[in-house]
Amino acid sequence: MRLLVLEDDEILLDGLKVGLQMCGFTVDAVTSVADADAAIEADRFDAIILDLMLPDGSGLDVLSRMRRSGDRTPVLLLTAKDEVADKIAGLDSGADDYLGKPFDLDEVAARLRAIVRRGHGRAAGLLEWNDISLDPARMSASRDGMTISLSRREFVILQALMETPGVILSRSNLEEKLYGWQEEIESNTVEVHIHKLRSKLGASFIETVRGAGYRLRTLQ
Amino acid sequence: MNSIRIRLFAILLATTGAVWLFAAAWIYASTQAEVERVLDARLMEAARMVSSLITDHRIEPSAAVDAAIANAPPPPFKQADGSYSRQLSCQIWSLQGSLVSRSESAPATSLASHTDGFEETEIDGERWRVYAVVNPTLGVRVLVGDSLEIRDRLIGDVIKGLLVPGIVILPVLAVLIWVSVGRGLAPLTRIAEGLAGRSASELHPIDDGTVPREVRPVIRALNSLFGRVAEARDREQSFTAYAAHELKTPLAGLKTQAQIALRTDDSTIQREALSRISTSVDRTSRMVRQLIDLAAVDASQGAAKDEPVDVAVLVGEIASELETQLAANEVHVAVEFADRARQPAVLEADRILLRLAIRNLLENAVQHSPKGAEVRCRVSASQSEVVVEILDQGPGITVADEARVTERFFRGSTASGHGSGLGLSIVQMALDRLGGNLTFERGGTWFVARACFPSDRLRRASS
Repeated sequence: MRLLVLEDDEILLDGLKVGLQMCGFTVDAVTSVADADAAIEADRFDAIILDLMLPDGSGLDVLSRMRRSGDRTPVLLLTAKDEVADKIAGLDSGADDYLGKPFDLDEVAARLRAIVRRGHGRAAGLLEWNDISLDPARMSASRDGMTISLSRREFVILQALMETPGVILSRSNLEEKLYGWQEEIESNTVEVHIHKLRSKLGASFIETVRGAGYRLRTLQ
Repeated sequence: MNSIRIRLFAILLATTGAVWLFAAAWIYASTQAEVERVLDARLMEAARMVSSLITDHRIEPSAAVDAAIANAPPPPFKQADGSYSRQLSCQIWSLQGSLVSRSESAPATSLASHTDGFEETEIDGERWRVYAVVNPTLGVRVLVGDSLEIRDRLIGDVIKGLLVPGIVILPVLAVLIWVSVGRGLAPLTRIAEGLAGRSASELHPIDDGTVPREVRPVIRALNSLFGRVAEARDREQSFTAYAAHELKTPLAGLKTQAQIALRTDDSTIQREALSRISTSVDRTSRMVRQLIDLAAVDASQGAAKDEPVDVAVLVGEIASELETQLAANEVHVAVEFADRARQPAVLEADRILLRLAIRNLLENAVQHSPKGAEVRCRVSASQSEVVVEILDQGPGITVADEARVTERFFRGSTASGHGSGLGLSIVQMALDRLGGNLTFERGGTWFVARACFPSDRLRRASS
């Protein structure tokens, strides 16, 4: 899942970026309201984390601009203010969830997964397709109770495919999920990891749609 | 006496008692005069009556004496034993000195030796007031007298009749006064109860429309104090809230970095996380120190201790202290003194405030300088002021931010992302206390922050 994080404290921002990457997210980080607006305009994210107090404005402004322009990307607010009134104001401005500082990384990750899941209209935490189920919280897949361990990138690709079963995802779609802005895209990463996934899950689990991309194969 | 109730009670009781005593004395005096006048008139009348009765020979002298006493007008005062009339005594003496007749109650010896008018005599230890009239026709002297003791008893009875109810009523009066004073002071008690029942956070003013006029100045003063206390408390609360709020972000950073360090297997990531934790602890502790500084400046209101401080020496101290403390920034601090011999930069000021102002200004410059850059610190003095200029090569402060940069927790748009937003507000507050001012200036690659401290003489003249 691709995330945008807006936070002006550099150590916290770095912590969120590294920590959430470890939880299987691809994270882009910005430190100002202006940068956040630009990033939201230019890219698509699965979820956005907004800090409230920033040198050039408030995360709430970013949120209301997003909602006004019809952007339905799930938003998690992070703030040091934890008065009820602030929480209400945040949620009423269109935020999907709210977390007070300081917080636990796992909780941030869990809440992000939850708001994204609800955004897709799913209630269950596990993603399932045919006989494979994917547990985003553990970044692992399983078949008949047998755990199949996945690398971070394998997990990201599999998660992207399982979230939209039947939909064809292009190579660049998948690359977007894999890489943040600062990361250099290696030319054949997607192919390499699709290959690895097929060897772990069975050759027919993911099918290649020539000239278009990849999707999960539907069993006849 | 520290109780209004007791004081009022004592005053009212004493004045009431005094008025009463004065009235009693007055009545005693006037009663005495009146009794004297009436009884004297009676003596006179009785004597003349006896004299005229015997002159006309209508009656024997002995009968005349009894008749006179029996017909004498009753004294105007009621007496408990009713025996007063019997105390009138009458004697008829021949001018030669022999007793012609006397009333039953009269002694055998002569009541008086004088011939005419009133006289007081003493017979057998008993004091008498005697009226004498001479009847030249018969050659007799008529004496009518009564015992002074009786008169005194009479007056005593009148006064007793006055004092007894007074003594009985006085305790009742005392109780009434005590209760009334209590009732009169009830509004005070009500206010006190209202105040005693308040919790520490209830600092709303007392409604001075309902309190008695006399207490109103006290209530107004109290309300104004409430206002000031509430203001100080609000300031402190918002400060505490802000401080807590601002500390939560670095805490969140610390927590996430710690979690990363704990769960990663990658030693590079772990080392990086640990080094960020260490940096964050430094920054957070600096922020805590600044919060304490800010509270110290806040608390210094009215408690500044002025002493002569050589600003040049102080700046030198702070610069070397900062350079070792902020060695990681690799920023060199150069201190320049302008013509120190001619005009020493000595201020009569509070050393702590001065130190806070200069330290935070300098620290701010060092924090915002690029690595390896130089921060210059110039101290100059004139007759009227001491100026400390701090020059740095950092991004400076935009003109738009200049007005807001001394607000607490404000971080400018050029902020580096690790400042507390407190440094310049400490500087500004300390300068306010010291009567100085802070200005900014841009010149080439240098950004100048200038703190001007008016020298002692000027400051005194202006204040």
